[in-house]
Amino acid sequence: MDANSLSALPYVLRMADACLIHGQRLAEWCGHAPVLEEDIALTNVALDHIGQARALLSLAGALEGRGRDEDALAFLRSEREYRNVTMLELPNGDFARTVLRSFLWASFMKVLCTALASSTNPQLAAIAAKSLKEVRYHQQHAGDWVVRLGDGTEESARRMGEALALLWPYTAEWFADDEIDAQAEASGIGPAWSSLQAPWRAEVDPVLAEASLTPLAQDFNYGPFRSTGKRGVHSEHMGFLLAQMQSLPRAFPGAVW
Amino acid sequence: MNLAQAWSTLNGVPDPEVPVLSVVELGIVRELAVDGDEVTVTLTPTYSGCPATEVIQDSVVEALRAAGARGVTVTTRLDPAWTTDWINPAAAEKLRAYGIAPPHLKAADVQPLRFHPRGIACPRCESLNTQRLSAFGSTACKALYRCLDCLEPFEHFKPI
Repeated sequence: MDANSLSALPYVLRMADACLIHGQRLAEWCGHAPVLEEDIALTNVALDHIGQARALLSLAGALEGRGRDEDALAFLRSEREYRNVTMLELPNGDFARTVLRSFLWASFMKVLCTALASSTNPQLAAIAAKSLKEVRYHQQHAGDWVVRLGDGTEESARRMGEALALLWPYTAEWFADDEIDAQAEASGIGPAWSSLQAPWRAEVDPVLAEASLTPLAQDFNYGPFRSTGKRGVHSEHMGFLLAQMQSLPRAFPGAVW
Repeated sequence: MNLAQAWSTLNGVPDPEVPVLSVVELGIVRELAVDGDEVTVTLTPTYSGCPATEVIQDSVVEALRAAGARGVTVTTRLDPAWTTDWINPAAAEKLRAYGIAPPHLKAADVQPLRFHPRGIACPRCESLNTQRLSAFGSTACKALYRCLDCLEPFEHFKPI
């Protein structure tokens, strides 16, 4: 494994695990969404994310060079080895929280995938170009709901406001750079995530304003709280998620059907 | 087997979820090479999570073997990413006749944020007085609409 692959691996895993864990959470809605159309929507978005995760985990396996494939990386790692940001592992909560999270993350993926077009890793650039087309649609769909609920009834606005107050502080982690961002930027693998904050806000702010949610977010300043999922230190919810997601492949190694 | 025969074979392989189109008409066969009895096919997926991808690979291999190829290699290419712009006008007309409104806008023309494309023509009566019922449909590539004039529900192939 050369030095470039070594530094690209954790960067790619952050993206791969985010897609995987978000896909897993969205898939929990299967059969439980408030209306059939949204059941189909949430699970279709989940499917896109899991497809993206498969491509990214395969790339991660190749970068690692130890013969682990997408399944080994998805199902046979321990909690500390997952590099997804914490927000995506939080329980789904209600529909408002789910669609707001989907909107915030799709908007982030959109600016990240756009920036990755110039990655020095051609496979990562190709996966990003493919994913960009999908997350644009996720963003449209979830953004529609953020506006409908945020600017809807008293009850829907209350729920969307609570969701924003809960989720917003977790976005601080996304833009807090560390050595992995610095290495990725130096080697041209991808942008330091902090550089995505301004373009992300340009995507998110107009929708939150349209949804009448701006006043609820305390001017969107971050307090001292920083989640640490992308460094492998997760919330108390991650273990339960993994227990469910991994139980079958661990009980029946190599199972096919 | 020669190249023309290989293309013609793949022209007879339907997409499992949109069987009115062949995998060639859908634009997912990006390259085809024939070397004696050996055929190499380069496919591109429509959506990252499309569950039909593996089925398509299997049916491509099966069809080429049945047509006389001894060895078939399928490779996947992600770049450039698949776009509905690769569905040519003749194939789009087939979709419409089948009851699926084809992707009528260039993918690049769709506004990225918040507003879904309006003015999707009903594939049956051509009315523009239609309404989106569901942003997602029976497959990743389609959305569900209904016509407010002839009252028929129909699917729309989303431009990407």
